[in-house]
Amino acid sequence: MATYSTNEFKAGLKLMIDGDPYNVLENEYVKPGKGQAFNRVKLRNLKTGRVLERTFKSGDTCEGADVVDVELQFLYSDGEFWHFMNPQNYEQIAAGRTAMADAAQWLKGEEICVVTLWNGVPLTVQPPAFVNLKIVETDPGVRGDTVTGGSKPAKLETGAIVKVPLFINNNEVIRIDTRTGLYSSRVKE
Amino acid sequence: MAPTASSDWRPGASLETLKLRAGTLDRVRAFFSDRRVMEVETPLLAAAGVTDPHLENLRTECRLPGRAAPVPLYLQTSPEYAMKRLLAAGAGPIYQITRAFRDGEAGRLHNPEFTLLEWYRPGFDMHDLMAEVEDLLAWLLGTDFCDRTTYAAAFVKHAGFDPLLISDDELRESMRQLGLNASAAERWGRDDCLDWALSEIVAPRLGVERPLFLCHFPAGQSSLARIISDENPPVAARFELFINGIEIANGFEELCDAGELRLRFEADNRARRARGLEAAPIDERLLAALEHGLPACAGVALGFDRLVMVAARCGRLDEVMAFDTSHA
Repeated sequence: MATYSTNEFKAGLKLMIDGDPYNVLENEYVKPGKGQAFNRVKLRNLKTGRVLERTFKSGDTCEGADVVDVELQFLYSDGEFWHFMNPQNYEQIAAGRTAMADAAQWLKGEEICVVTLWNGVPLTVQPPAFVNLKIVETDPGVRGDTVTGGSKPAKLETGAIVKVPLFINNNEVIRIDTRTGLYSSRVKE
Repeated sequence: MAPTASSDWRPGASLETLKLRAGTLDRVRAFFSDRRVMEVETPLLAAAGVTDPHLENLRTECRLPGRAAPVPLYLQTSPEYAMKRLLAAGAGPIYQITRAFRDGEAGRLHNPEFTLLEWYRPGFDMHDLMAEVEDLLAWLLGTDFCDRTTYAAAFVKHAGFDPLLISDDELRESMRQLGLNASAAERWGRDDCLDWALSEIVAPRLGVERPLFLCHFPAGQSSLARIISDENPPVAARFELFINGIEIANGFEELCDAGELRLRFEADNRARRARGLEAAPIDERLLAALEHGLPACAGVALGFDRLVMVAARCGRLDEVMAFDTSHA
């Protein structure tokens, strides 16, 4: 893997720090008039999501991390692994529970996800921003009540539980914003 | 932050800020004219650059009559060397407002091309010169007076250790406690650690209530300042001005001894080679001027763009420049 000098650091560059892959968020140049220049770099650990601030002497180098984002299609889960396929070359890749994190609850099959690979192994999985899923279990809908703003829990076909408005019925398909986990709208089929 | 094609041509500074900048230039000239300090202009392109291992010259080449090959020339990182040659020639008190160039320096408070206000006062010591900087700030910014503290006292107050007396091991431990990553604290030299602590811990707390002069830097950071050897340990007769945590100016009681200056240039070049940098040619004309005799004097370089930043209450250098280098 290539090494990068602090001069090349910019948001989005992937670096190896203490054995973990990091994404550069910010790089600020700091220098006293007569003295050593530094780069104060803010990085996100791609495994834990934690943000780290690290100071480098300007001109220092750091090993790059072999991290790439690829668009993969979700196929199925065997309970332990979530299996994806690259639609370009039909290559299959399996992601473990840690990489799936909250993404698993929004996937039923065929969704295109952004999978971040580190040395070819899934690090994180980002589901589509919006998914359409069927409700399998909720209290009966209250007819005509579209304004009071009350909500009730609903179980989706993937097992996820979301809050929905009172007028929503069993077997209806709803649209969910996966970034917030919130009900977005009803989907007419 | 990413410029859109449609607005990329526009100036970084507002027209209001540019007017303030122009007015400030006028007032600086009035200040020095009133005090009978002569405005001078010296070359931006010179045969020698700077040896300081923390500064890099931009270089160019110039074809000159009678020379087979183009002559390498260095864009000056400050007008210091040429102005000292004028002082040695008997110019008396002089000031200059000029562009300076430093390769690789770009960020919120840096631009590879910037404006320096630099002046020299024969017969002044650093306290006389700090008093004059104080007068200039009062004239330009309406500030009342400035605080003064030593480099050591500021470190004791804000970083919790004495930078002149602390052992190397204790310094490393302090660096870790102040938040420097352990691997860096292990590898870095003493002055690198002190530079880091000054930039990241101490400086942001300096000059917040009113402008502050930080003086008596460690002897190892003397640059071209005289060493005050009757202090124990010896310190450099050097000061810096801070406003709102931003370094605005750097001043010296100037080193006038040609032999000592040559030794410092050679030490700089050894430090450059140790860092894998190219040694810089030594400015023999400056050394010859010192051999002839530089009058005892004090001089200061003030970052004019940063001063305008303070006056305009801006947070970034590109907000007070018509066009910073990324938009030039």
